[in-house]
Amino acid sequence: MAEIQEKADSGKGGKKRAKKMSVHLDMTPMVDLAFLLLTFFMLTTTFSKPQTMEINMPVKPDTEDEQIALKASNAMTIVLGENDRVYYYFGLGDPAENPEVQTTDYSANGIRKVLISPQVRGNEKMTVLVKPMEGSRYKNVVDILDELKITDTNRFAIVEMNDNDKQLIQDITGQ
Amino acid sequence: MTPMVDLAFLLVTFFMLTTKFAPEEAVVVDTPSSVSEIKLPDTNIITITVDKEDRVFFGVDGQGTKEALLDKMGTKYGVSFTEEERKTFSLLTNFGVPVNQLKSYLAMEPADRKNVNQPGIPVDSARNELGDWVHQTRLTNPKVVIAIKGDVDVSYPTVKRVMDTLQDRKINRFNLITDMENRPTNL
Repeated sequence: MAEIQEKADSGKGGKKRAKKMSVHLDMTPMVDLAFLLLTFFMLTTTFSKPQTMEINMPVKPDTEDEQIALKASNAMTIVLGENDRVYYYFGLGDPAENPEVQTTDYSANGIRKVLISPQVRGNEKMTVLVKPMEGSRYKNVVDILDELKITDTNRFAIVEMNDNDKQLIQDITGQ
Repeated sequence: MTPMVDLAFLLVTFFMLTTKFAPEEAVVVDTPSSVSEIKLPDTNIITITVDKEDRVFFGVDGQGTKEALLDKMGTKYGVSFTEEERKTFSLLTNFGVPVNQLKSYLAMEPADRKNVNQPGIPVDSARNELGDWVHQTRLTNPKVVIAIKGDVDVSYPTVKRVMDTLQDRKINRFNLITDMENRPTNL
């Protein structure tokens, strides 16, 4: 509380001076409140704006003719499977070529190693086809897009699984 | 003590002015993380939220946009909304009910609205209301950008349906909302 302290008159000197008053204000409750508010606002404030990942999907062609055929030597297919598994093979998955399907995961030593391998990095025209399976999660898609971004692979597309891919994956999982 | 109090009040003022309360959302989603560093703009965004039960929620910012949008959707689907319902709608962050249930959803008390189980906006090929919502929003406010906020566990076919819906409307560029993640330094 505010209180006014009066200095006891010493009685000396005899000069009539205006009485010196020192106002002493107890600031503790105000400081308490100030810190309470400070803590509240510090804890409720959110600085982080949501991050986003921009994706551009290819424009759907009106006719089949508008599509440019992709050479098998410039293609790599990544199939996103169930339970966070990743399958990949080089080429377009033509059964006649008998592509070798490999299994890997999303860790730093998994698909990223493949994407920075000379076979992918060394070929400027290499296009990565990402094919998410029915059982894959949204996280898998974001993860793979992220890996492509990390490894600076700019030519990629999200496409649907075709029957050849399904067959290849079935062969490797043995189901 | 005075300098400390000065500082405390300075900080209080700073936090009071900078703080922005997170808007109440219909569902909580856990977004996947990515190294992307693009920030989402503050205004003119459509947020399509997909929760882990594969329900789709639609949200757009701007009260004026929302009121105009509700009128257009009402006309399209033959539902008329009262002034009060429009007001309620303009304050919603996002919602996940089909248009024919929207009227009863808006008529609820705010507390009930929080507890009700929203079925999600239909995105089937037979009845694709999400496409109409997005289309009408773009007609109302041509500046909008579209952001998809999906949960980690959403199955891919649901996301695919949402993306196909957007692509059917000739929207080929959209954003995926993600969390922050550190970019690996060594490759």
